[in-house]
Amino acid sequence: MNKRSAKILVFSTEKISDPAIDMAGLLKLHYPPQVYTIAIRCSSGIKPKWIMRAFEKGFDGVFIAADGSDCSFGESCIEKTGSIVERTHIMMKEKGLEPARLRMAAICSVCSESFVKQIKSFNELLIKPEN
Amino acid sequence: MKKKLGIYICACGGNISDYVDIEKVKDSIKDEDCVILAKTTMFACGDSNQNDMDTDIKENNLSGIVVASCSPKLHLSTFRAVSERAGLNKYNYVHANIREQASWAHSDDKTGATEKAILLVKAAIAKARLAESLEPIVIESKRSVAVIGGGVAGLKAAISLSRMQDEVFLIERDSRVGGKLHELDTISPEQLTGKELLNILEEDIKNEKNITLMTNSEVVGYSGNIGDFKLKVNISGSQGQSQKDINVGSILVATGFNSYTPADGEFGYNQIKNVITLPQFRKLLRNSNEKLIYNDKKIGSIAYIYCVGSRQAKGDNKYCSRYCCTAAVQASLDVKHKYPEIQNYHFTKGVRTYGKQELIYKESNRVGDIYIQFLDKKPPVVTEYDGAISIKAGDLLSEKKEIEAIADLVVLITGMVPDKDTSLGSLFKLPKGRDKFFNEIHMKLRPVETVIDGITIAGTCQGPKNVMESVNSAMSAAAKSHSFVSKGELELEPIIAYVDKSSCNWCNACSEACPFNAVSMIDDGGKSVATINTSTCKGCGMCLPVCPSDSIELISFTNKEMESMIDVLAK
Repeated sequence: MNKRSAKILVFSTEKISDPAIDMAGLLKLHYPPQVYTIAIRCSSGIKPKWIMRAFEKGFDGVFIAADGSDCSFGESCIEKTGSIVERTHIMMKEKGLEPARLRMAAICSVCSESFVKQIKSFNELLIKPEN
Repeated sequence: MKKKLGIYICACGGNISDYVDIEKVKDSIKDEDCVILAKTTMFACGDSNQNDMDTDIKENNLSGIVVASCSPKLHLSTFRAVSERAGLNKYNYVHANIREQASWAHSDDKTGATEKAILLVKAAIAKARLAESLEPIVIESKRSVAVIGGGVAGLKAAISLSRMQDEVFLIERDSRVGGKLHELDTISPEQLTGKELLNILEEDIKNEKNITLMTNSEVVGYSGNIGDFKLKVNISGSQGQSQKDINVGSILVATGFNSYTPADGEFGYNQIKNVITLPQFRKLLRNSNEKLIYNDKKIGSIAYIYCVGSRQAKGDNKYCSRYCCTAAVQASLDVKHKYPEIQNYHFTKGVRTYGKQELIYKESNRVGDIYIQFLDKKPPVVTEYDGAISIKAGDLLSEKKEIEAIADLVVLITGMVPDKDTSLGSLFKLPKGRDKFFNEIHMKLRPVETVIDGITIAGTCQGPKNVMESVNSAMSAAAKSHSFVSKGELELEPIIAYVDKSSCNWCNACSEACPFNAVSMIDDGGKSVATINTSTCKGCGMCLPVCPSDSIELISFTNKEMESMIDVLAK
């Protein structure tokens, strides 16, 4: 890839991660504008086929902003989200997609700086020529 | 039937339109399928636009609405209410966040922000096309509130909640309630002392039957949601430590502030004898009798240096601490009343004794105090001088002429900083602002709510306030927390999972994935299929990705809705 900004789809959780992404805007912590967020209930409810569809339709990367240990639906969220990423990585390999194009990180309700840092580094990775 | 959608794009008085070309956004979406009306508006949340939306819905028989504005945390409920008032089921309303996630996040790239806003609105339209009318789920809410912090805000909030018949757990980490009230003498403008105010509040607390006071207590564990929070509280007592579990519908945080501690050498602090802070000075004044003596020196003159730790030109604390100008003027008047012979010199950045507090500033001038307004660039220089202290500063009002005062005591008027104990904020994951105080959702529209549903904030944990302002915010937070628990029930989003029985071949994976035991097996005409218990399903969606035949969907997050949004955003 040879562009300044990659196209990234973010799945963020509406109660925890999305407020952090909102606060990044409030604090004017800039990140590339081709980063689009779809709010979901819980990161453990993302279907791998949605992620695959994003790649198929032209997204360069997918970022799961997970609740981590803060998930109000329970601690099993971490393990289950991990399993979704694992399964999707296998599907990506089958389609010849580099697994690194799907990234997950726990973004808590105050993790605005962490979100921006993660997105910027993910963007850097995605725009490297070998990707 | 094909949807008829109305789209409103908000300028937010420039907060959006300064960075996003909202006319271009409108032109880009007005011909989208199902859109029959597209408008820009200066303030979508304003009364006039809400009235216009009401009229538009009725006149055009709209079956769906999209507002592109600020975060849904702020105004989703506002526009859902507009839809309901106009006779449209509120779940046909879809929100697009083009402020926090477009105009502000990309204020450095107007073209990028506009292009992003266009796609975000198109994705919201795609979702609105598929949105269905729904009815909210009603759950039980505990009729109880935990008030954390027993300072003036926490005490007042607890009394207020108790009088509204809510059960209150007032949790204070110290051995006594009152917080900083113990350190306050006269509180302007009512001329009541901190101790007198505390006596009134303590008497009220004793008379309130709904309050359980827990001193020496700290919250160490937290789980649950609005309506049903579970807290673990450690209690230290003479018998050692014990732990108590409490269950509440809402949490009100009022953990207060710390006074700023100057750095060594800041205006001579800790380096020059007789340079002290305002809290230290108040204590000195309280404990002094016929003569004011400090370090064996009889005090004949006092210099007060304002804005120490606040309104810092170079430091982190850019904010005004609001209470300290008044507190300083009041302390100097207390000095004058007790020791009329003492001369007061005030080195200020401009006195902010706003509202009624202006009266004590007038009184201070009348009794002969001298005010010198210094410049940010040239703060006062404090040096030792012949057994006393010299304070030199450029005076703004006499063409920056250097003025020197010789004083026996220098009082640094220190402002407020956030509570140094950050454990509670970390436990609840409460967002903080740039000033490191807890952040409300919106300072004007939702001033005591946090992004964590059911948790409110009051008093100085939110930012500097005087006693009157702390009490106001406590009353407001109490009313808001009460509103969460008062009905004994809460309306929740009707977001639950459902099963396509035709494609389901019971395999148990969904049941194993569900943390709430909401999935079970039933017989459907001789075939075993999964079924969802609608009263126990919490709508997390954990059952969705584990289904091998993709037979489970989540209301409002269906494959069609998600994929239509992904498709639009990918363009």
